[in-house]
Amino acid sequence: MTTEVITPEEIIKKGKIVFEKTKLMTDCTLSYCPGCGHGVAHRLVMEVVDEMGIGDNTIGVAPVGCSVLAYEFMNIDIQQAAHGRAPAVATGIKRVFPEKYVFTYQGDGDLAAIGTSETIHACNRGENIVIIFINNGIYGMTGGQMAPTTLPGMKSSTSPYGRVVESMGYPLKITEMVATLPGVAYATRQAVHTAKLVTKTKKAIIKAFQNQKDKKGTSIIEIVANCNSGWKMTPVESNKWLDENMLAYFPLGDIKK
Amino acid sequence: MEEVKLMKGNEAMAEAAIRAGVDAYFGYPITPQSEVIEYLMHEEPFKRTGMVVLQAESELAAINMVYGAAACGKKAMTSSSSPGISLKLEGISYMAGAELPCLIANVMRGGPGLGTIQPGQSDYFQAVKGGGHGDYNLIVLAPSTVQEMADFVDLGFDLAFKYRNPVMILSDGAIGQMMEKVILPEQKERLSNEEIIKHYGNWATTGKPESRESNIITSLDLKPELQEIHNQHLQNKFKTAEKNEVRYEQIQCEDADYILVAYGTSARISQKVVQLGREKGLKIGLLRPITLWPFPKKIISELADHAKGFLSVEMSAGQMVEDVLLAVEGKVPVAHFGRMGGMIASPSEVLDAVEKEINKI
Repeated sequence: MTTEVITPEEIIKKGKIVFEKTKLMTDCTLSYCPGCGHGVAHRLVMEVVDEMGIGDNTIGVAPVGCSVLAYEFMNIDIQQAAHGRAPAVATGIKRVFPEKYVFTYQGDGDLAAIGTSETIHACNRGENIVIIFINNGIYGMTGGQMAPTTLPGMKSSTSPYGRVVESMGYPLKITEMVATLPGVAYATRQAVHTAKLVTKTKKAIIKAFQNQKDKKGTSIIEIVANCNSGWKMTPVESNKWLDENMLAYFPLGDIKK
Repeated sequence: MEEVKLMKGNEAMAEAAIRAGVDAYFGYPITPQSEVIEYLMHEEPFKRTGMVVLQAESELAAINMVYGAAACGKKAMTSSSSPGISLKLEGISYMAGAELPCLIANVMRGGPGLGTIQPGQSDYFQAVKGGGHGDYNLIVLAPSTVQEMADFVDLGFDLAFKYRNPVMILSDGAIGQMMEKVILPEQKERLSNEEIIKHYGNWATTGKPESRESNIITSLDLKPELQEIHNQHLQNKFKTAEKNEVRYEQIQCEDADYILVAYGTSARISQKVVQLGREKGLKIGLLRPITLWPFPKKIISELADHAKGFLSVEMSAGQMVEDVLLAVEGKVPVAHFGRMGGMIASPSEVLDAVEKEINKI
């Protein structure tokens, strides 16, 4: 019996390419924990920028947090902002380069705690930018501390017996808050832990960038994501927990369209 | 075309910013410098030159807007007064770390805390010793006239882009609020986006074409061995600036056997003190640092070879006096005279202090 050995090059030559790595993602190995949703979110943003043909005309703003190194993975011009200040930095960029596409990529601590003021005021001015907001209910980078979006009773390293709302406050629904502002054109909550949701999230990102093209104002896309390491679960457990708990408090869907 | 006008220091700086071809000003109101943003909003430079003027929601936001615009290779500036500058320091440290050129004006008031809205010079340490976290320096220009408030905008941006580092105009409430004759410079063209790509395309985020690697603006390196190399690079820049950018003015120092050192409003008062002292037969002179960083150490050291003593005159408890002491290297006595909390010294009280110090020698 003889076996035909086919090299990868020959497979590519023979077959039709139906799926490949996004051109605007670099070859750097992602620094995210296996199972984390950041990688999918990164890819979706870059895929949309690539498909819209605006990679050479787009400037990103990376936050402080797990995605601080986003600039190593996204193959476009990027500025790294101080903790929480990404919407102000994006404002500075957009005001001097109104013809360019500008987006921020921020976590919940960055956007909804230390950067609450910058977030609200950028939205209130209707800055013509896209805000990608990853909400995983925890500070991942610093080791699993309580975030503004940590659920009631949820354990973290700074709420080791669970979040006590009477003394620690309630999880902040900042996307609903900014959706009330006239400057916000589009506010939506999405997720990326199933294939179906990934497709929906991509559509939301396309709409957000299209809004920027049409000069409609601020578009904010909250992506409810897992943090298996911070939540101290396996990736599969964390996705299940996300479905049952995070989405109960942070329901998916358009808040303003 | 050059133009002669009677203007407040704050207004002169604002008008000079438009004429220097500044791309964006981001500010937040605070006394005694609110005229800067008021003038700009009234003047509507977006109609004159396309310059952006935006009132931010806080000093924090304003400096980070400057960060974003500066990282695009644009000329971006902000201004504030003491408490507001404290808030901006986070952003200033990030900009020094990320090597971003920008101009920040501090029209100082008395501190600490909310302090007073009257003039002060007690942010000297904050301005010249770093202020924010980490090893960095700002190039610090100290105007003592309304003319210099205007002139230092263009100079400040030249230095900021030369060293890719933030530059600070360290003024005070008196210079900001007083009206004087000022010769305004000719209008400079703002750079086009094509010119920005040509000049700064090797670092600025202007949108990545396929022909080059992505431009990344960051002050972060998680690898300590690389972060140290970056720090060494910054230090080398600061050494070059120390060598090349020292600026000062000497007033009757040639034959002086006692030297006053003062900047800003205190330098104006000290100039009068020199005149009054000379009338009384005292051979005194004034060394006015124009750059507070880099500090004019060499000239002070040279003057210390002949003078019998120095008096640092400041509207503070004694901050610049430490740099005078370091420059004098113990050759002769160095004293300090200061008023605080928004009080401005009168020439006669400074002259009394001078005579007292001379008598001690």
